[in-house]
Amino acid sequence: MTALPLRVLIVDDEAPARNRLRDVLGDIAETHPARIVGMASNGVEALRLLETSEVDVVLADIRMPAMDGVELARHLARRENPPAVIFTTAFDEYAVQAFDVAAVDYLLKPVRAGRLAKALEKLKRILPADDVLVTLAPGERQHFSVTERGRILLLPVTDVRYLKAEQKYVTACTQDRDYLLDETLMQIEQEFPERFLRIHRSCLVARTAIAGVERVGEGDGEGRWDVLLRDSDEHLPVSRRQWPVLRQALGV
Amino acid sequence: MESIKQKLGPPAYAARPDFRNLGVILRLLLAVNLLAVLTVLVRVDDPGMLLPELVLMAGRVELPLFLSVLLLYSLALRLHALTAEWSFAGVCGVALVSVVLTWPLVQESEGGSLFRSLGWALGATLLCLLYFDYRSRLFSPALTEARLLALTARIRPHFLFNTLNGVLGVIRTDPLRAERGLEELADLFRVFMRDNRELVPLGDEIALCKRYLELEKLRLGERLRVRWEVSLGADDELARALVPALLLQPLVENAVYHGVEPRLDAGEVVVRVAQQGRDLLLEVDNEAVAQASHHAGNNMALDNIRERLMLFYDLEGRLESDCSKGRYCVRIRLPIRSSSA
Repeated sequence: MTALPLRVLIVDDEAPARNRLRDVLGDIAETHPARIVGMASNGVEALRLLETSEVDVVLADIRMPAMDGVELARHLARRENPPAVIFTTAFDEYAVQAFDVAAVDYLLKPVRAGRLAKALEKLKRILPADDVLVTLAPGERQHFSVTERGRILLLPVTDVRYLKAEQKYVTACTQDRDYLLDETLMQIEQEFPERFLRIHRSCLVARTAIAGVERVGEGDGEGRWDVLLRDSDEHLPVSRRQWPVLRQALGV
Repeated sequence: MESIKQKLGPPAYAARPDFRNLGVILRLLLAVNLLAVLTVLVRVDDPGMLLPELVLMAGRVELPLFLSVLLLYSLALRLHALTAEWSFAGVCGVALVSVVLTWPLVQESEGGSLFRSLGWALGATLLCLLYFDYRSRLFSPALTEARLLALTARIRPHFLFNTLNGVLGVIRTDPLRAERGLEELADLFRVFMRDNRELVPLGDEIALCKRYLELEKLRLGERLRVRWEVSLGADDELARALVPALLLQPLVENAVYHGVEPRLDAGEVVVRVAQQGRDLLLEVDNEAVAQASHHAGNNMALDNIRERLMLFYDLEGRLESDCSKGRYCVRIRLPIRSSSA
């Protein structure tokens, strides 16, 4: 057992649930010394806390607004030396099965002291790969993580108007600026089939950002279609291959 | 007490058709006319004679039929007070009396035999009663299922465990609140587990919802806001109106699960109860949360309520849900039945 107390971050959207974990950690303090670094009510708050403080273990609820526990783990997994994550859940048959398969640690609420102690003893320091974490949450992420000058920014998925693949990177373009993502277009297209439409081999557009389509290069016989973006002069070319798909999706 | 009885008898309320229900009346008219058409089709060989024969048949059938419907409508309450066998006999009697009473008018057109007409009327009545019996059996699994659903899917284990966790979370800091929480939980589960196939006063159902929301407040705190827009009429008359048990609570639970829990800021659930003419209007309304994962449990609860409304009220009970202007709203309309009737 380590001499230094474990640094713990508690993440749950319900105040009594956070207090309960704090109480139980207090109960086992003699055998399992722990220091509570902070308490957060969702994944976004947790990531903000993690920017300023070092943490060994994150106790994360699975169902939370803004950012759930699984998405939090996916963002953490992108970091160097991520903290260990132990999920907590009241009941979710589907999730519990998936957790067993993914070999991540989880605690069932109400959490018992003995069970928590056991989980702290054999901390799983290495988070599973992203594709395994994806299987834990049926929903899609609400944020992309962007690494910039050593910091990790959260980019709300709803802000992204289109994504372009350029060589090794994917650029996410919002109304204000562009961000570099360390993901592939294919992954993003598969995760957000409802939100983003592929209009070109190297481009995904958010359905909500599309204002219309325009035919360009008329007369040369080799005309093509462009997507017009809402509140912007930008045009994005549609490939001939994707045009029928797009037309069907837009119903034009 | 009835509720101590372990063996479940047939659902007393649903087994017999309510002859004052618009849906039942329509079904009755349609069924008898269909039988009349079938009779003509079987009897007439010459296609050219089909139309005159149909008109003739209509002349014979419609008048006694309308009289029967009228008599059944006025005798509905009396029939209801009788035992199942006697009310069955009563309905047959009404049909036969209608044929006899209208006989002088119908018979002039054609010298048919009174006994043949009586036989036909009796057969048609029996077939109709069989149809209504079949229909009530067809829907009655929905009632038993409602109880099971309450214990399994609808009263989500999610709710039970989260509530217990919430109670444990306040037990050291606020033992009184924890105590109250467990009392509320006990009351709720008492209702969930009882035989919910009877109608209950609306006032009880509203009290149940309030208890449930009190419990959810323990966990969600300020995030859960509730607005009641209840007008129970003079002297709380509407509170005594009878509704199927667990009609409103599942809707409120859905609203909390889908409309409040996934929200970062506070979410408001609006419950409206009002009388509109002779109908009772119930509405549960919450801010819609834009999330792709719409829980299957939601539709399960709605489908179950819809089936139970069909069973109790036929065409006169309705459940609609719509999502517009960022709010998700479920609306139930049903005829008012008061406990004194």
